Amino acid sequence: MSSHKEYEILNRKILTPSFVILSVLTAIGFYFIGVRFFEGIGAVTNLSDAYPWGIWIAYDVATGTAIACGGYAVAILVYILNNNHYHPLMRSAMLTSLFGYGLAGFSVVIDLGRFWNMFNLLKPQFWQLNSIMFEVAMCVMIYTFVLFLEFSPAIFEKLQESENYGMARLSEKFSKFLDKYLIYFIILGITLPTMHQSSLGSMMIIAAFKLHPNWHTPILPLLFLINCIFIGYSIVIFESITSSFKFGRPYETSQLAGLGRIALFLALGWIAIRFTDLFVRNQLMEAFSFDFYSVMFLIESALIILGSVILMSGHNLNSPRKLFISASLIVLGGGLYRFNTYIIGFDPGVGFSYFPAFGEFMITVGIVSFEILLYSIFVKIFPVLPAVHKSKAIGGSNV
Amino acid sequence: MKKSRRDFLKICGAAALGTAVPAAADASSAKVFTDNKDFSMLYDSTICVGCKACVTTCKQVNDLATEQGKFDKNNLWDSPEKLDSNTRTIIKLYKESPEKYAFVKKQCMHCAKPSCVSACPVSAMQKSDNGIVFYDKDICIGCRYCLIACPYNIPKFEWEKPIPKIVKCDMCKFTNFKQKGITACAEVCPTDAILFGKRGDLIKIAKKRIKDHPDIYIHHIYGEHEVGGANCIYLAGVDFNKLSFPNLPNPSAAALSENIQHTIYKGFIAPVALYGTLCFVAFRNRKSKKDGDNEQS
Repeated sequence: MSSHKEYEILNRKILTPSFVILSVLTAIGFYFIGVRFFEGIGAVTNLSDAYPWGIWIAYDVATGTAIACGGYAVAILVYILNNNHYHPLMRSAMLTSLFGYGLAGFSVVIDLGRFWNMFNLLKPQFWQLNSIMFEVAMCVMIYTFVLFLEFSPAIFEKLQESENYGMARLSEKFSKFLDKYLIYFIILGITLPTMHQSSLGSMMIIAAFKLHPNWHTPILPLLFLINCIFIGYSIVIFESITSSFKFGRPYETSQLAGLGRIALFLALGWIAIRFTDLFVRNQLMEAFSFDFYSVMFLIESALIILGSVILMSGHNLNSPRKLFISASLIVLGGGLYRFNTYIIGFDPGVGFSYFPAFGEFMITVGIVSFEILLYSIFVKIFPVLPAVHKSKAIGGSNV
Repeated sequence: MKKSRRDFLKICGAAALGTAVPAAADASSAKVFTDNKDFSMLYDSTICVGCKACVTTCKQVNDLATEQGKFDKNNLWDSPEKLDSNTRTIIKLYKESPEKYAFVKKQCMHCAKPSCVSACPVSAMQKSDNGIVFYDKDICIGCRYCLIACPYNIPKFEWEKPIPKIVKCDMCKFTNFKQKGITACAEVCPTDAILFGKRGDLIKIAKKRIKDHPDIYIHHIYGEHEVGGANCIYLAGVDFNKLSFPNLPNPSAAALSENIQHTIYKGFIAPVALYGTLCFVAFRNRKSKKDGDNEQS
């Protein structure tokens, strides 16, 4: 159990001013969730038959799960390329992924009109294998469970120190079991996001006559897949620097520089594929025509390119501030790409418009606040963050 | 003898309208055509008089709520303005000048390759063997992917209800069609602007009308080829864009989406191969790392 030394519990008070603010936002969100369940989706949203999906799907699900791809992106490095250098970042990345996906799933339940029927997805007689939604739903459900398993060593590590002898023994047993077999689930946890993140792109292919050609392309699945990986690395940089800053801990500079380099490579590769695709589809001229859709495309591309350019200098890669700025830019640009694909580039016809209602917006704010709240509680209860003086050491643990 | 009285009225109507109703003669003899596989409806905008009997009857037969017009304080008339969760079909007016105008009937097109059916994750949207695209609320999870997928914006959702469902035309599959073998709108139409029958027959009729009266009709049967063809086909005297029909290419977007998805997931080989490869690479890297560590120590 050498992973024991690799991570530590953050020994701070749970009740802080930011905790109170986040709790209030969460409470407001849950109030509107209550309204939604008693009075219908129409009572809290501006959704309509023309815009059946709003920010709950475009942000919480399509963008939120990409932002929750940190665990996936780092797992590729640590477990597939076996680069243990990044192992200290693993647990916090897994934890944010777990909350990201868990709460995306929660948003879906709020968004589903007939949520009590959702278990029909699990009944083989109703499976509809042509449906990309079906594939995404199944993958996301299984992946959320896998993420929980992947994070569970942290919980069992804590429970092993429990004063309850039975609980401690049981946790030890589970830990040993996980030590041995968790790798198979971790690899499943890499396969599943590869599938559903690309399918999140495929999902909009069927809206061929509604999605603006700046975004509609047969290679949507490829673009979504690469997009979530570079967002994943960038968000790990973002989170690590934020929590180091917030909790006054040393920056994981050497790991972050490495992640920055990978994010840069993937982001620029993605931009190259994106522009090539627009060129091949004869859409490049229109993408630069400076109409509304063109401007949205340009903002999205500019954010990613700017973030990447900053990362090009070795000096910047070692500066937490520059790393933070560029990671934020790439996450914003990459996230905007998904937002554009799901909402802004979605044009159901003349005379329709959508802008989220206050309640609808507050539900998303509430869910994100709840996510941050849970994260800040978990790092203070379970060993999640890299152990301070050991952060550069390579743990002997395999998982 | 309701039928013969109706036929009499029809003939009178046709005679009164004269050449303004060029195709009434074709239709008066038989309303229901039974020949080939898919059931269809042919709507001829040049014959429709805009009486909205189809809209009202559809609501009665399919148990849909009425809608109160802004002008109508006592709620005397049902005044739907657009297709919504209370209105499966509607008649709209396109007006260019007092002389030049056209009616158009909107409802589900019953596509040959329906995107809503392809999108639905739980088979709540289905296409029956006789071509009717219908919905089963008891399976539906309410994800509204069908609304996103439909190129005609047809499926509607009950936004205002805590227990909502999707609403769209199902050619009276469980009501009028089941009892009488014809959709309520086609049955009630006083001018036979709506014909109900098998698709092949209706296409023939539509082609004949265009051929016989090339000056009256736009030379295009809307729904014949759009997104793979639809079971609801249209004739009109004005451009279909003006009747708010989108310009759609022949192949259905559902076909493209399914092609890509099935290519990636063919036989579930790719995901399994990916998993296997990842396992292989992970264990090989792990082993080489361990060997390296051992050598060092």
